[in-house]
Amino acid sequence: MKHEINFTLNGEAVTCAVDIRKSLLEMLRDDFELTGTKEGCGVGECGACSVIIDGRTVDSCIYLAVWADGKAITTIEGIAQADGQLAPIQAAFIEAGAVQCGFCIPGMVLASDQLLKDHAQLSRAEIRRGLSGNMCRCTGYQKIIDAVQLADAKRQADPKTVVLPHFNIER
Amino acid sequence: MAQKHIIGQAESRWDAIAKVKGQANYTGDFPIKNLLHGKILHATIAHGYVTSYDISEAEKVPGVLKILLPEDLPQNKYSTAGHPWNLEPKKRDIEDRTMLTRHVRVYGDDIGAVIAKTPLAAKQALSKIKVTYDTYPVYLTPKAAMALDAKRIHAERNNVIASTAVGFGDVNQGLEDADFVLHRQLHTPVQLHAHLENQVATAFQSEDQRYTCISSTQIPHICRRIVAQANGLPWSLIRVKKPFIGGGFGNKQDVTIEPLAVAMSQAMGGKPVQINLTREESLAYTRTRHAIDYDVKLGVKKDGTITALDMQVLSNQGGYASHGHAIGGKGGTFINALYKMNSLNYGAKTVYTNIATAGAMRGYGMPQVIFALECVIDDAADKIGMDPIEFRLKNHQPDGFYNELSHTKQQDFRIGDCLKQGPQAFKWQQKAQHAKAFNQHQGPTRRGVGIAAFSFGTATYPFGLETSGARLILLPDGSFKLMVGATEIGQGADTALSQMAADTLGVPFESIIRDAITDTDTDPFDTGAYASRQTYIAGYAIRDAAEKMRKMIIQRAAATFDIRGEFMDIVDGNIVSVSDGDLITTVKDMAQASYFDWQTAKTMVAESSVNIHNNSYASGCTLAEVEVDLQTGKIKLLSLMNVHDSGKIINPLLAAGQVEGGMAMSAGYGLNEGLVYDDLGRPMNNNLLDYKLPTTMDLPDLDEIFVETKDPLGPYGNKALGENPTCSPAPAIRNAVKNAVGVGIDTIPLTPESVYDALQAAKAPKGVS
Repeated sequence: MKHEINFTLNGEAVTCAVDIRKSLLEMLRDDFELTGTKEGCGVGECGACSVIIDGRTVDSCIYLAVWADGKAITTIEGIAQADGQLAPIQAAFIEAGAVQCGFCIPGMVLASDQLLKDHAQLSRAEIRRGLSGNMCRCTGYQKIIDAVQLADAKRQADPKTVVLPHFNIER
Repeated sequence: MAQKHIIGQAESRWDAIAKVKGQANYTGDFPIKNLLHGKILHATIAHGYVTSYDISEAEKVPGVLKILLPEDLPQNKYSTAGHPWNLEPKKRDIEDRTMLTRHVRVYGDDIGAVIAKTPLAAKQALSKIKVTYDTYPVYLTPKAAMALDAKRIHAERNNVIASTAVGFGDVNQGLEDADFVLHRQLHTPVQLHAHLENQVATAFQSEDQRYTCISSTQIPHICRRIVAQANGLPWSLIRVKKPFIGGGFGNKQDVTIEPLAVAMSQAMGGKPVQINLTREESLAYTRTRHAIDYDVKLGVKKDGTITALDMQVLSNQGGYASHGHAIGGKGGTFINALYKMNSLNYGAKTVYTNIATAGAMRGYGMPQVIFALECVIDDAADKIGMDPIEFRLKNHQPDGFYNELSHTKQQDFRIGDCLKQGPQAFKWQQKAQHAKAFNQHQGPTRRGVGIAAFSFGTATYPFGLETSGARLILLPDGSFKLMVGATEIGQGADTALSQMAADTLGVPFESIIRDAITDTDTDPFDTGAYASRQTYIAGYAIRDAAEKMRKMIIQRAAATFDIRGEFMDIVDGNIVSVSDGDLITTVKDMAQASYFDWQTAKTMVAESSVNIHNNSYASGCTLAEVEVDLQTGKIKLLSLMNVHDSGKIINPLLAAGQVEGGMAMSAGYGLNEGLVYDDLGRPMNNNLLDYKLPTTMDLPDLDEIFVETKDPLGPYGNKALGENPTCSPAPAIRNAVKNAVGVGIDTIPLTPESVYDALQAAKAPKGVS
């Protein structure tokens, strides 16, 4: 059975008639061809499928697609700046050497970006807690945490580089 | 003009931008029209025979197109191990499986398959297939499978699939000569690779009527051969493409689902079919790290001389041979590589059982044997009252040692430097003293420090074939397309290999263009990503191709400007005069001319293929600091440092990242990880909730240093690094726990439960269990 929903996807108003059994992850990948969001476990354990829903990091594999109705959703394809320039957190991941196989990276980048938005300043311990729902097997997390710290330091040094707010998010 | 060295620079990965943008396509990300979905019917017993299938209800599920039983597919026996093909039949991997089977050897064995229009339909059909079994006794351990009355798991051969002994000297005499003999039994768990991307493969008939298989594989060229063998097709009828892959760690060095994906497409008249394993399938039904049991006797004199080491090894192979004895049989050479001793006997058996098939996993047997060795070495130091670092410094092999067990001279072997520089960088003395002071407070926790050392080979010579090829194409604007069969699997090989090409050519790093896809039709032959071999073996191929290309460019410049070639050099993309650095021309101008000059146009391609007959031994150590809760047995890892002797570091940023990942994997090995089975051989924790992969909260900041030298043999002074970091953290942590609580625990993982039990046992009065 399909159900029509309306929501904001990466800043754009969209409509989708979606199978009510589908997860948000399946809808994003199959119906919107946004394959940047990855499936690592399908049951909310690994965080590879993290997306931002109304300013909260959510595992899209255990979030029903129909629940997206009326929400604002940001995927990895939607966090770069409008002209295609990398978001500061994306640039920090590259600079810190946080990327290896890259499969956890979309979820990790989004979770990190939201974490930065939620905190004016972050300690390493807070970054660790904030990213504890996102698993990585390549990096030991060292350079991922470095990357978030780097992005945090850069925005402290230059408030203008503060990570851009997501599209029309209402808390 | 000075040559700008690109080797040793922290260049950013060329693929990092695509990966942070979500633009990088992995196997499951390619849009394929009318894609069908294949799912595997897994056995729900661990040992037995399928006497009948009832597929009548399953066939009725809407969207189900075909149900495949073993008889429907070719019965060619093959091995899934990612080794190069061997021309000598006797030396080949054991060929003991077919794509689907009625003979169930492991829980989850592939006994059937469904092809459907949607994954959901396929899944529903699986649940409606009724299977009847004859059940056989289940053997979970080598000892059980070796019992006299044990049934053969494969009718063709004994459950002990191989038994070897290597060593030197008289071990019995050595044990008699010792002042102390330590006798230990040590056990390592079934560790899982747990790459974030599960195995996934898509197969379809291409326009040329051959079959293309897009797969998340570490070994595209080997994959092509095994897919062809399993399906009984000529090798050239298969084309394998490997896009970005979400980690492998050795699990994707076995060809698990690809033959079946191609068979499914064939069954559907060439339509595209995808097999996309679930997390639960990937964890329990693919490959694992061998669980190995060690029975060790070590003789030591009061002055620290090791008189004898006798190590008896039982390697739990699981249901199919896969890489087989190559792993359990490997340790002797590397014990000899690391420590001097009067005698050594390393006897190893690899045994079929009914647990998941063990295969290659990062470190390939070394994390197991180094755990066993470094526990006993540490205990021996304690026994004679010698500092554990001093004991290792006294006994390690010197630089230039000739290892008679592998016929390899260990040139530039820097374990001594690691053991000296590591403790200093770690502040070992201060940490040890601090722990002592901390423990005097008699609070609920204890602290301790521990060390463990290792040795590691680079690639597989002299045991395996080592060949690789490279191709460089000069493009019209002066950039270069680099084509290699060596496989990027997330480790950064493509970036390191591009640095090598740029360095030898004398052009900027950005001038080298790689490809996300490795394609067996177009890329030169290389056996793939394993054995920490690629920067070493493919490095030679790249150096050869780049030198050839450089020569061609200079020849063109020499002809164009009438200057002798030896007077010219290529620096940062410019062709300059050697004597004064003055600009003569540019690589770009020569490239343009090579395409478009009316008289002389002739494009430039340089090709190479190498066969390498040498090995450079690497080494290193880990230092660990822990805090143990005496009431709960919980271990907190306070700090962890790896020290590596890996020759020249090609890219320090990537190298550090790779080391940290390996340290985390080994910390998990020592502390939390292990697939467990019930008595019937059913896996109990094949999910990421119950299989304890380290999260951000479980690890401290990870630290590493490199004892950097230039290996005399490595193509760019480099030697192995990829797997090395997984060798020594687990035993270093175990030794730190022993330092903290005074009890050496010989079975990993050191879960709170096992530590608690060990502490209780140590407290119990003697004679009371």
